[in-house]
Amino acid sequence: MGKRIALEGNEAVAEAMRQINPDVVAAYPITPSTEIVQNFAQFVSDGEVTTNFVAVESEHSAMSACLAAAVAGGRVMNATSANGLALMWEILYIVSSLRQPVILSVVNRALSGNINIHCDHSDSMGARDTGWLQIFAEDVQEAYDNLIQAVAIGERMDVRLPVMNCLDGFLLSHSYELLQVEDDQAVKDFVGPYQQWKPLLDIENPVTYGPLDLYDFYFEHKRSQMEAYPPAKQAIIEEGKRFGEVFGREYGLIEGFMTEDADFVVVALGSTCGTLRDVVLEQREKGVKAGMLKIRAFRPFPAEEIAMALQNASAIAVLDRAASFGAHAGPLYHEVTSAMYTHGKAVPTNNYIYGLGGREILPDDLSSVYDDLQQVATAGQPWSPVSFLGLRE
Amino acid sequence: MSRVYPPTAKWHEMERAGIIPQAGNAEEYTVGGWRNEHPVRDNECCIDCLFCWIYCPDNAVNIKDESVKYQGFSADHCKGCHICAAVCPKDCITMVPGGEFSPDEPGQSEEE
Repeated sequence: MGKRIALEGNEAVAEAMRQINPDVVAAYPITPSTEIVQNFAQFVSDGEVTTNFVAVESEHSAMSACLAAAVAGGRVMNATSANGLALMWEILYIVSSLRQPVILSVVNRALSGNINIHCDHSDSMGARDTGWLQIFAEDVQEAYDNLIQAVAIGERMDVRLPVMNCLDGFLLSHSYELLQVEDDQAVKDFVGPYQQWKPLLDIENPVTYGPLDLYDFYFEHKRSQMEAYPPAKQAIIEEGKRFGEVFGREYGLIEGFMTEDADFVVVALGSTCGTLRDVVLEQREKGVKAGMLKIRAFRPFPAEEIAMALQNASAIAVLDRAASFGAHAGPLYHEVTSAMYTHGKAVPTNNYIYGLGGREILPDDLSSVYDDLQQVATAGQPWSPVSFLGLRE
Repeated sequence: MSRVYPPTAKWHEMERAGIIPQAGNAEEYTVGGWRNEHPVRDNECCIDCLFCWIYCPDNAVNIKDESVKYQGFSADHCKGCHICAAVCPKDCITMVPGGEFSPDEPGQSEEE
């Protein structure tokens, strides 16, 4: 039956890790993700898990140890934020290339400089081409649920890819929310025992991982890696459905909120989607046909699903909690507009960069976006270049 | 059947993750063409310590299994890297310009 209790996002993630009891956790602390591994280390010390906890000297070492443990044949988890994720960058690519289903909780935080410990998505966005799946949580319940599903998704034999469980730093990681924590056994049953794929410790069947791979074969190997992402997309849908059948909370690639008949749709990632739900309801009370589209899976990017969900809108706003310096707009905007263009859907689309370094995003800011969209729909074209929400200008 | 992919192998014929599922296939990867100097052993001073065999990074020193005796260099696997010459405790191995081993040179017997 589980229990309804109040936990911080970090505590909820650590709780899910305790329930899953991975073989190896190799981690290095960084705000705001520290509590995840701190709490988990306590579980190890208290004998509540049998995990081999490896305390390392940097995030580069942490991800290297995770990679090695995964290739050896273990179920492996880790957590980090911002600069820690950046220091893992080199190894992130190797983990996905070697098709190891390592699970990394990324507590989203602004990258330096200048130094800032608060939420934005610049860390995850910087890692968007690394080959990891990226699933963003709207609230603490989702951070907990997503971690459990991430294990089931990444470990499927037709997927075998690492997954980032992304949750907004402080906004979720340090906020207490009432959530449903499921029974230990039910969680263990959902993820199942770890199924190995060609582990290095199987000495009867020796294999080589990561050999030199030059111009004669590297390209073919990269092309074959690309083949893993359509099944990953399917796995996110199927495991989200199965999660719904078992626990009553179903998930998909995207989630629309009043998008069916909406003229004005705002697209976002993470906790801002929660604020948007309230704003949509306010707009609806005023007679504005507002909607919200939450992108839960940013990698693999559900381009077709997004295009279908947005095709009937009169105007769209894409909210980016990260800048892409030198690009003409934010990263999510590029992906969404590219999805629309390639599916032949021409809808004027504004881009807003917001919330960098933890800057508050308030309902009034979001209401102003719906006001803008009504003007955009009338003008028949988006504003250019990007706009900013909550910036002193 | 060769254990090495032909150069025409397509992307969907690759092993997942680019792994090599067969052990010991370095033997089939020849690097002899990289060589522009080659080692020559002085048969008189060699004490068969096999340091050259231990240190060679490419298994290019052939030995006879039953006697554990030096049996010459492998023209397919020697890169001409000098390591055997450097580790030889009796300084019996000399690096000679040119990539070709000659059967007339001392210490070069037929490959196994």
